[in-house]
Amino acid sequence: MKALERALSWLLSGRRQTASHALLAPAVLWLLIFLVTPALGLVALSLARNGAYGDVVWSLGLRNYRRAFAPQFAPVLLRTVGFASATTALCLLLGYPLAYFLSFRAGRWRGALIIALMVPFWTSSLVAFYSWMIILGKEGLINAALMRFGFLSSPMGMLYTPFSVLLGLVYFYLPFTVLPLYGSLEKIPRQYVEAAYDLGAPRWAAFREVTLPLSLPGVIAGALLTFIPCLGDFLTAELLGGPRYYLLGNLISNQFLMAQDWPFGAALTSLLLAGMIAGLWLYRRWEPDA
Amino acid sequence: MSQNLLELGPLSKSFGTAAILREVSLTVRRGEFMTLLGPSGCGKTTTLRIIAGFESPDSGRVRLDGVDVTDLPPYERDVHTVFQHYALFPHLDVAGNIAFGMRMDKVPEGEIARRVPQALAMVKLSGFEKRRVSSLSGGQMQRVALARAIAGRPALLLLDEPLGALDLKLRKEMQLELKRLQKKLGIAFVYVTHDQEEAMTMSDRIAVFNAGRIEQLGTPGEIYETPRTSFVADFIGGANIYSAEVLPAAAGRARLLIEGEHEIDVPLDEHESLPAPGGRVKIAIRPERVKVFYKDELPAGALRFKAVLLDSVFLGDACQIYLDFLKKSPDKPLTALAGGDRYSAHDDLGVPVIAAVQPEDVYILESDGR
Repeated sequence: MKALERALSWLLSGRRQTASHALLAPAVLWLLIFLVTPALGLVALSLARNGAYGDVVWSLGLRNYRRAFAPQFAPVLLRTVGFASATTALCLLLGYPLAYFLSFRAGRWRGALIIALMVPFWTSSLVAFYSWMIILGKEGLINAALMRFGFLSSPMGMLYTPFSVLLGLVYFYLPFTVLPLYGSLEKIPRQYVEAAYDLGAPRWAAFREVTLPLSLPGVIAGALLTFIPCLGDFLTAELLGGPRYYLLGNLISNQFLMAQDWPFGAALTSLLLAGMIAGLWLYRRWEPDA
Repeated sequence: MSQNLLELGPLSKSFGTAAILREVSLTVRRGEFMTLLGPSGCGKTTTLRIIAGFESPDSGRVRLDGVDVTDLPPYERDVHTVFQHYALFPHLDVAGNIAFGMRMDKVPEGEIARRVPQALAMVKLSGFEKRRVSSLSGGQMQRVALARAIAGRPALLLLDEPLGALDLKLRKEMQLELKRLQKKLGIAFVYVTHDQEEAMTMSDRIAVFNAGRIEQLGTPGEIYETPRTSFVADFIGGANIYSAEVLPAAAGRARLLIEGEHEIDVPLDEHESLPAPGGRVKIAIRPERVKVFYKDELPAGALRFKAVLLDSVFLGDACQIYLDFLKKSPDKPLTALAGGDRYSAHDDLGVPVIAAVQPEDVYILESDGR
């Protein structure tokens, strides 16, 4: 309880424990009931064994973890890390100029543009992905248009390809990248940029030597906020990728929903969680004292 | 090589409908310490930003060393700025900050390695190379900002209220140090401040700004001894300002009726001009030039005004005395400044006294139309 409270106040206030303990109590209770308890339950479950009929046999062991590292799952893991990395890279590539524009150039359009950016965030992901299916499908908008104007004789397959998975991931996670980037760019006092110009740095040099290094915390935060949820994403691959491009998230959901092997699913989930927590911990350690 | 390093003018600048600068012209000589002095919103900072290249004027040109730089971006001007809040780069250490400008100018690394400690020694921070900016005190940041700005040896240094964030004692020290450094380097400084005392202490010349114009330009002595307008008289050192009617007078003299009550006869300085008799002027009298006497023991030649001691305020090193000398306008007391020991006793309040002013200490001001 004490440790959790400390962890929460640490999360809320950076490294200073300024939050009052009494004020934290409801949140601590909430997290205890709905986060910590299920997570511990999950870890416990991962140590159990799957019975013959999908039931759980409580003979504890590490067999599920050994199985998780079996060579047959390596492609899924590699594919997941690959897609998450590619998504993160693309989101940074698209998101940095966007965040820069929002912060430095947008002027009075800023508010409207940020809302436009948030739309995918607020749209039900199911609706969004079905829209993409309509756009990308064999009889979808793009194919229909290209064939109508004679650029194509037969529809090209865009849906259920790595392209459509990547597109869906980038579409969905772009705001996760842009918002922290925008936040960190906003925090840079414009006088630093002026000082760089003043000392003889042309625009590009001022960006490279001052703005970019000062926005690095935002780059790291944006990358993590994109990469980590990407690791657990299953809906995108499910709807836009199909079984050939299943990711770790699909593997996990299959254990629970189809294979009825809850202990193995729990082990995979625990590993994923551990990886995410390790990533966040590294980020907190790296983060400069703000 | 012309004597003028910087020639401005006539600069005008508006933001929206607000006119910030109205035809400001100014020249700065080589090695000169020029201060732009004025209250906030007077246009002094905008002028500095136009010189630096952060703003462009609506009209008027900026010439640096005879070259028109009006349309050049800041990074192509041989001018460096010490910013109000220093703007030291937080991701670089002290040496990295000081080297920044030289790196941009492609100065060889060996040369940079020699010049960084020199610049630090100049601001008395030797050995601070590897310190993080966030670990410095306000005064130290100020010095690093200064070292960064002078390390690249610009022709002109711009300083935007650089001492504003320091406490009084440190500010006084830094004023003298800045002045010494400026003389030693021989770099021209354009220094923006709203602190008239700071301007007096350091400047070779002061341009007093008000409402987007330069009201008066001159040495600290000229500005103080011969203020041209009521704004300058009041802003620099403070002044008692009264309205007076011009009476017929002998050549080179002015006879004035102050607020319809006291008639005086004072010499007219060469820069002072008078409207025809019957017209009105404003006059200023410095508080420290008003002497208060209890008995009729006046120094020869002084103007004398019968007055009543209204109030006195003890200021530590001096005492401010308020005298009522206008029967018709009791809301315009005469302020006098005296040594702290003499008039601090409140027992004297209400006592009739004599206020004495030397005739040459009455300044006749230009009508400024406001």
